[in-house]
Amino acid sequence: MINVSPKCIGCNKCVPVCPFAAIQLIDKKAVINEACTLCGACVQVCPVQAIEISREETATRDLGGYKGVWVFVELVEDRAVGGAAKEGGQPAHAKQGRKIRPVTFELLSIGRKLADQLGEELCAVLLTDKNYGYEKDLGAYGADKVYLVENPELYEYNTDIFSTAIVALTHKHKPSIMLYGATIMGRDLAPRVASSLYTGLTADCTALAIKDGQLLQSRPAFGGNIMADILSPRSRPQMSTVRPNVMKLSDPIYGKIAVTVREDIKIDKGLRRVKVLERKLEKADAGVKLDEARVIVSGGRGMKTKERFKHLEELCRLLGGVVGASRGAVDMGLKDKTHQVGQSGTTVSPKLYLSFGISGAVQHIVGMKASDVIVAVNNDPDAPIFNVAKYGIVGDAHEIAPKLIEALKKRKP
Amino acid sequence: MHIAVCVKQVPDSTEVKINPETGTLIRAGVPSIINPYDHFALQTAMELKAANGFRVTVVSMGPPQARSVVQMGLALGADDGVLLSDMAFAGSDTWSTSYALAKAMKKIGKVDIILAGMQAIDGDTAQTGPGIAQQLGIPQVSFCVKVDVDGRKLIVRRLIDGGHEIVETRAPALLTMIMPKDYVSKYPSFPAVHSSLKKPCHTWSAADIGAEAQYLGLKGSPTQVAKIYPPPQREKAAMSGGSSQEAVEKILEILARENFVE
Repeated sequence: MINVSPKCIGCNKCVPVCPFAAIQLIDKKAVINEACTLCGACVQVCPVQAIEISREETATRDLGGYKGVWVFVELVEDRAVGGAAKEGGQPAHAKQGRKIRPVTFELLSIGRKLADQLGEELCAVLLTDKNYGYEKDLGAYGADKVYLVENPELYEYNTDIFSTAIVALTHKHKPSIMLYGATIMGRDLAPRVASSLYTGLTADCTALAIKDGQLLQSRPAFGGNIMADILSPRSRPQMSTVRPNVMKLSDPIYGKIAVTVREDIKIDKGLRRVKVLERKLEKADAGVKLDEARVIVSGGRGMKTKERFKHLEELCRLLGGVVGASRGAVDMGLKDKTHQVGQSGTTVSPKLYLSFGISGAVQHIVGMKASDVIVAVNNDPDAPIFNVAKYGIVGDAHEIAPKLIEALKKRKP
Repeated sequence: MHIAVCVKQVPDSTEVKINPETGTLIRAGVPSIINPYDHFALQTAMELKAANGFRVTVVSMGPPQARSVVQMGLALGADDGVLLSDMAFAGSDTWSTSYALAKAMKKIGKVDIILAGMQAIDGDTAQTGPGIAQQLGIPQVSFCVKVDVDGRKLIVRRLIDGGHEIVETRAPALLTMIMPKDYVSKYPSFPAVHSSLKKPCHTWSAADIGAEAQYLGLKGSPTQVAKIYPPPQREKAAMSGGSSQEAVEKILEILARENFVE
């Protein structure tokens, strides 16, 4: 339990730092209410060490009251309609509304399974300036409920504003599990929330399961050289991030609409301590979403020239994919760095990774070996890429690529 | 202004040893380097120091041998070094590590800017930086590639999904750094290494920073490693060769079998 001793001098330092607004100054003494999660933020700022959290209580936090699986809904600007921010006001995209990022549906798909196993609800957490009927798609992918916070201040992502709102919701509804996409946004937001709640967070999970009522989180570490199973046994919610394309998408059931629960959360404008001055998104066709791609056609040094590398772009169009490149190809100037797959580029996990003329340096392998089906074309039968490929083709990549284009075109009417 | 840079010592090798009893990593005996993202954070701090005359403190947490990454920071030009080293820290997850580092920041005193690498290459979590910021109650900006300081104002270029943003915040703030495309890492000269040995490098225990044991180490960490195991091995690739035309037919057959073409 948390206690304020008579040493309290009523200095008011603890009141503003409490992430849960659980402290009030009454008769010049700090009084802590039941909103307290024993996070210890107040203990740290107290100049006279008047606030104490006893060890026994923190070791046995009551976990029984935490129920339900939550998925954070990530909204993205639709690059197809352009997303440049207007000066000093609402971004241009706000009119059309933002799109739900596909990873959200993947999280709902796995979340549905976890919730069913636990016999609990699956809830989507949606923070937005305006709701464009998102509950239809969220419901189709399995959400029972949408906790909707609709507020003009939520027109774009902001760490402090989003984390404060989510911590408040978590505190109110006490979910058992909370999932985020391991995207730039999710990787910024989730640790802030977990830190606030003094709860466990596991990054980049590749598998999630329920074991003895707990969330068993599996993740690779050391560049995929080992796997670890992680539990968060003593705290709730159990939080995880998952990379795009890792969890299998379930078939949507349209017509199953999630129940919208409006949450009135006060958002203080003063929380916007980081302000966006300018935002530049790459043009729609230059926007390389390697980490979300279902199909990647990737080329290495073996493609030899820029002209031949262009064949891979054509292949991508035919297969509905995105172009990737090895570091070698980037260094040779065959493709620019935004397309680079690997440790110093983007880590990818498509359903199909079709590589041409990539030998498979360790730094490349680390970034693509999570792909579902790897088909590698290389003229060296001992190339390391064949160690991770499902299918290996020994041959000249720059000759095979254009012939494959012809063959694919013949197949398509 | 005073900048603190958080650095981590990480294994340089892909050879990883695991303690079978605790499931935690055995770091001793594996060659170690400074985490590359932290190296970039250090260089960023040094550029800010050179341009504005800021003071720089380099902070790490780890076993006694992690002192070498603090020393590296000093050799690159940091003014002070701090190593948090105590058996009580052993087995700390990102929450407990953030807690200890936040406590250390408080002991260091007035820190205006905290720089850290976006993530460490051993854990890849990107959680410790935001954790420190939260514990200190200061704003964070993740995935930054460039920082400019104008008085208390920080103008930061950071990556976002599909592009980048220029954002503004005020000190104190924590920034996590990721190398821009044209980045070249710098290493200290021998004289710099030599003279850095005279710079102050403190080793602090949990008691020194006022960190409570209940929040530290295996016991205080909210996450626990239940099991560590080798990743499932892929079967050897099904290989084929022949002429280019045969290769094309083979690829088509594979694409059809795996349902990528009709």
